[in-house]
Amino acid sequence: MTAAVSTLEIRNLHVSVETEEGPREILRGVDLTVRTGETHAIMGPNGSGKSTLSYSIAGHPKYTVTDGSITLDGEDVLALGVDARARAGIFLAMQYPVEIPGVSVSNFLRSSATAVRGEAPKLRTWVKEVKASMEALEMDPSFAERGVNEGFSGGEKKRHEILQMALLKPKIAVLDETDSGLDVDALRIVSGGIEAVRAKGETGILLITHYTRILRYIKPEFVHVMAAGRIVDEGGPELAAVLEDSGYDRYVKGGGAAAPAGAGAVS
Amino acid sequence: MVVIDATGRPPMASGAVPRPVRSRNPLDHDVPTGREEAWRFTPLRRLRGLLTGPDADGKVSVTVSAPAGIAVEQLDAADPRIGRSYTPADRVAAFALARAGGATAITIPAEAATAEPVVVHLHGESPRAAAGTAAGVAYGHLLVEIGPFASATVVLDHTGSATYAGNVEVHVGHGASLTFVSLQDWDAGAVHVGAHAYSIGRDAKLRSFTVTLGGDLVRLSPTVDYRGPGGDAELNGVFFTDAGQHQEHRLLVTHTPRSCRSRVTYKGALRGDGAHSVWIGDVVINADAVDTDTYELNRNLVLTDGARADSVPNLEILTGEVVGAGHASATGRFDDEALFYLQSRGIPPAEARRLVVHGFFAEVIDRIEVADLRDRIMASVAARLGETPAEDEPATPAGAETVGA
Repeated sequence: MTAAVSTLEIRNLHVSVETEEGPREILRGVDLTVRTGETHAIMGPNGSGKSTLSYSIAGHPKYTVTDGSITLDGEDVLALGVDARARAGIFLAMQYPVEIPGVSVSNFLRSSATAVRGEAPKLRTWVKEVKASMEALEMDPSFAERGVNEGFSGGEKKRHEILQMALLKPKIAVLDETDSGLDVDALRIVSGGIEAVRAKGETGILLITHYTRILRYIKPEFVHVMAAGRIVDEGGPELAAVLEDSGYDRYVKGGGAAAPAGAGAVS
Repeated sequence: MVVIDATGRPPMASGAVPRPVRSRNPLDHDVPTGREEAWRFTPLRRLRGLLTGPDADGKVSVTVSAPAGIAVEQLDAADPRIGRSYTPADRVAAFALARAGGATAITIPAEAATAEPVVVHLHGESPRAAAGTAAGVAYGHLLVEIGPFASATVVLDHTGSATYAGNVEVHVGHGASLTFVSLQDWDAGAVHVGAHAYSIGRDAKLRSFTVTLGGDLVRLSPTVDYRGPGGDAELNGVFFTDAGQHQEHRLLVTHTPRSCRSRVTYKGALRGDGAHSVWIGDVVINADAVDTDTYELNRNLVLTDGARADSVPNLEILTGEVVGAGHASATGRFDDEALFYLQSRGIPPAEARRLVVHGFFAEVIDRIEVADLRDRIMASVAARLGETPAEDEPATPAGAETVGA
């Protein structure tokens, strides 16, 4: 693969969801630029809009973009369907991966690799590739024969997400709370998988997290703090260290840059 | 509905599950009006007169391919083996028995162990019905007997077109093990009404698969009775109900001896205007059937608007001393989150739907150990899904080949 740099640009993104009381705005003008090879962390309290941002990038139909733009190398991402975004090089590792009963992991992985790469991978090299990626994530080979996410433990689900990222080689990967629900061992393994993808320098990573714990394994160059639907603070790794000590209080309560009253608990 | 009644009242007085009249004489069965519980879902007009027992003017040919050592006979109407396991419970079944003029009998001897399946081809010879003309009427009665301690696989393969009333009696000997598949792969114009009666011997095991894909109207009534303790019956079913098709499966499992097990798992997909599926799951646990273990499940996947799935489980429990007794029924649409997940991995919407349906059916179909039959059923399902017009952008050809891999 040529190492041309790809750029995901998010400009003034406003996103609403439909509620019983009518549309409700969750993102209120997000600006963010992620390039391949870079690692960004987005941190923020519950309800700040972190997950909404990740789903909006992936194109989940529940979220309506009311203003702003998302482009990948200048191409309008918002005009693309969910599957076309993935084929364009955007990947979302989900916080709560969905069970798909009866569809085996191996069949699913091959179907998605075929779709994203535009041709079916050659069987012999594909089997090796999957095997090596699974070993790196300490996954038992029998895993491939199970139904997608069916009866997976929390750690297995997250390893499976990172396995997909490794195989699909996206330009931009959004990791939505990939660290949540992992014990120390699983966090180490999952972080190792993310680090391996990052080390290749062909993927830009947007790491969304509530906690700083995963940042001990994966060092972002850029840290963004999100509150009430906007990026309210930005900095380098040192910002994560500050958050580790002081938490999010000053962004939520202090009447800070962007925490209007009533912007509270959006999950 | 679940009725639990341990008062010792006679079942008729308490029951959730109706007790039909049982008689070989068609005239003992009332002509249904369509309001009866047993007929309320069935479009009687589309039965093409089977309720009045018209003379046969069509033909369903029966060809049996069986490994050596398995007897295939044509029994005349007076043969005492006919009706040993089944007494007709409705008019159509009674006419089928009366008009079939005998039966085809397949007998697997005691302690035989055949790896190769016995395949019974039932082919409706009526030429593919031209528009407005109905396929000819035919009657049939089939006996399958598995000797004690034998193990066998028997496949009924229904193809072609007919207006067919056909009964199947399956007698599983003590300690025997039978895998039984009935595939309804009829042409579009066929009507098929059938009673499939399974009689399970002591410590015997039945694994049955009822797969209904074709036909204009198919109404099957599988029943299970146990002749001794330790019997085990798995009734699996799959149906794919297309626009205009009526597919009805009415199951009745009656636990009378102690310590028997039953599992019912039916999965259906429906698509298109006027597609109508009916699943009735009746289970009776009689007062002496202590230590019974039963569970029945029906799941329906409604793929488009305009289709209707009726699903009615009934469980009647006359003893409290059971291992387990339960049922579940759910009818729903595609899981949007599952489709989103697949699409977020680059898989186009139409392909994502195919994968989900494939997975939905695989749970049942993968249990069929006859590989070429399993592949044929999956290919048929995939072909039907392939015809589903994509609601979104057209599927790219990439990736299509991996379905079923």
